[in-house]
Amino acid sequence: MNSIVCIAYVPDTETKIRVAADGKSIDESDVKWIVSPYDEYALEEAIKTKESKGAGAVTVLSLGPERAKTGIRECLARGADDGIWIDSKGDALDALGVARNIAAAVKDLPRDVVWFGQKGVGFDESLVGPMVAELLGVPHVANVVKFEAGDGKVVCEREIEGAHEHVEAPLPCVITAQKGLNEPRYASLKGIMAAKKKPIQERAAETFAPKTTLTRLELPPPPKPCHFIPGGDPKSSAEGAAADPAGAARELARLLREEAKVI
Amino acid sequence: MKFLVFIEQRDGKIRKASLEALSLAARLAGGPVSAVIAGKAIGEAAKELGKFGAAKVYVADRDDLALYSNRGYGGALQAAREKESPDAVLIAATSMGKDLAPRFAAKNDAGVLADVMDLRVEGDRLVGVRPVYSGKARATVEAASGLRVATTRPNVFPAEKNDGAAEPAIEALDLGALEIRARVTGITASGGKELDVTEADVVVSGGRGIKGPEGWPIIRDLVDAMGSGAALGASRAVVDAGWIDHQYQVGQTGKVVSPTLYVACGISGAIQHLAGMGTSKVIVAINKDADAPIFKVATYGVVADLFPFVPELAKAVRAIKSE
Ligand SMILES: Cc1cc2nc3c(=O)[nH]c(=O)nc-3n(C[C@H](O)[C@H](O)[C@H](O)COP(=O)(O)OP(=O)(O)OC[C@H]3O[C@@H](n4cnc5c(N)ncnc54)[C@H](O)[C@@H]3O)c2cc1C
Repeated sequence: MNSIVCIAYVPDTETKIRVAADGKSIDESDVKWIVSPYDEYALEEAIKTKESKGAGAVTVLSLGPERAKTGIRECLARGADDGIWIDSKGDALDALGVARNIAAAVKDLPRDVVWFGQKGVGFDESLVGPMVAELLGVPHVANVVKFEAGDGKVVCEREIEGAHEHVEAPLPCVITAQKGLNEPRYASLKGIMAAKKKPIQERAAETFAPKTTLTRLELPPPPKPCHFIPGGDPKSSAEGAAADPAGAARELARLLREEAKVI
Repeated sequence: MKFLVFIEQRDGKIRKASLEALSLAARLAGGPVSAVIAGKAIGEAAKELGKFGAAKVYVADRDDLALYSNRGYGGALQAAREKESPDAVLIAATSMGKDLAPRFAAKNDAGVLADVMDLRVEGDRLVGVRPVYSGKARATVEAASGLRVATTRPNVFPAEKNDGAAEPAIEALDLGALEIRARVTGITASGGKELDVTEADVVVSGGRGIKGPEGWPIIRDLVDAMGSGAALGASRAVVDAGWIDHQYQVGQTGKVVSPTLYVACGISGAIQHLAGMGTSKVIVAINKDADAPIFKVATYGVVADLFPFVPELAKAVRAIKSE
C-alpha cells in the first residue's frame, strides 16, 4: 500500500495575526509554523496502514515556500519514508492552482491513497483534496473518522451532520482525514535523526491564473464590551453585588427576549 | 448574474441551509433563479422550492440516488449546469456541499469562494467575505470570470419564504448509467434524533466547568428550555476527556456554528473554541472566573457557579417563553 500524504505548513493556531502592509496577507514575523493538525491524522493513518500491511511507502508532499521543507522533515521524523517539496516561489496560488500542482506531481507516482487533512487550518477551505481527486480522475472520501484498507478498496466512515456515513471506494483514491481518526504519534529522537538522511525531492510550482483572488485581509472589528449581569455568584462576583442567581437569571432571560430578541 | 443553486435533501427532507442559499441567490439576482435537486422520490419537495425563489427546478429522481454519492449528486449538478449555463453556482457549505463543490469546480475549471458569510455581486464579480485564522481575520475573496462557485455558511443568510409564489417549472434530468465508485453502504445516526449543532438556532455548550459527564443533565435541561431549535455543544476539553462524543465539539477541530444565540457554560474561551462560535449573533458566557477570555467576545456575561445558575436560567427562560 503506497500512500502520499499532502500537508500544509500553517501558522500555529495560537499565533497573533497581524495584517501585512499589502493588506492581503499576514505579517510573517514572529509566526510559528506547524503541520496543519488534520494533516497529522492523515499522516498517522498512512503510517499505521503501512505498519499493519508490512509493505509500501509513505511519501509526504508539501507545496509552499522554503519553510514547507521543515514541515516535511517533521513528518519524516514521525515515520514517513521520503518527501516531495513543491516550491511555490512566492506565487499566490488559489486552491485550484494548488490542486493542479499536486495532481501533476503525484500523477505518475505509485499511489493507492493520496491523503489530505479535511481542511488546512487557517484558511479552512476544505477544497484541495477533492479537487485533486477530480483532476486525477479517482474517487474520494472526505471527512473520514474510520479507515480500513482492504483488497483493492477502502472501507471508511465519514462524519456528516448528526450521523456517520459508511463508504466503500476502490483504490486508488483520495481520502481527507477528520479528527477522531486516530491519535497522532510524536517524533522520537531516533526518528528525528533518521529524518535527516531521508530524501526530499524538489520541484517548482507551475503558475496558473487564479480563479479566485483574495483582495483584502483585515482584522474583524473589536467586539463590544460584555454586558455583565450582576448577582450571579457570591464568592467570585466581580462587581461585588449581592448573590441572587435567580434574579440574575431572570434579568438575563429578559434581556435575551426584550433587548437581543433571540428567545 | 445568472444563478443555479444546488438543493440538498436527505430522506426527502430539504435542508434549511439550501433554502438559505436559494433565497440568497434570488436576492442577488433580483428575481427567481434555477435550482437542482437529486434524490429518490423528491418530486413534492422540488415543488416547494418556488416559495424560496426557484422559478425552475432540475430534478434527478431515481433509485440509485436514494443515498448521497459524489458521482450521482455531482452528476445531477453537472447536467443542470450544462443545460442552464449559469454564471454562478451556490451550494450550502454542509458536509454534502463541501464534498460536492470542490470536485464540481475542478471539473469546470472554476474556483470556489468557500464557506462565505457575506456574498454580493459587484458588476461581473462575485465577492464573498469569510473568516480566516480562527476568526482572527476576515478575508474578502472574489471570482471574476468563468463559472463562479460559492458555498454559503449555514444559519447566516435568512431563508425568505413567499407563500404566494408560483410552482416552479420542473425539468427532469437524464443522467444515463451511473458508475458510482465511492459508494455509501449505510448511515448510522450518532446523536439519535437530536438536532445537529450546525443547524441549530440556539446552541448551549458545556466545557470543563461542568466537572464531569454527570454535569450534562443541567446543560441539556437548558437546551430543552430553549425549545426545538436548540442543540447541545461542547468544548474540546470535554470531548478529549471522553465526557461526550466528538460530534458535539465546537471549534477549530470541531464544528463551526453561527447560531442566533450561543450559551457557553463553564468554557474558558480558548482561541480554538472561538474559531467555531465567534460569529454567533448573541453570545452568553457563564463562568465563575471573571477574567475568562470568553467574556471578551460575550454579549452578556454572568460571573457565576454554573451549577446553581444554569437551572435558574432554564427556569427563567421557560417562564418568559410561556408569557
Ligand atoms: C490545534 C488545536 C485545536 C483545538 N481545537 C479545539 C476545538 O475545536 N474546540 C475547543 O473547544 N477547543 C479546541 N482546542 C483546545 C482549546 O485550546 C482549549 O483547551 C479548550 O477549548 C478548553 O476547553 P474548556 O473551555 O472546556 O476548558 P478550560 O479551559 O479548562 O475551561 C474551563 C472553564 O470553566 C470555568 N469553570 C470551572 N468550574 C466552573 C463552575 N462551577 N461554574 C462556572 N464556570 C466554571 C473555568 O473558570 C474555566 O474558564 C484546540 C487546541 C489546539 C491546540
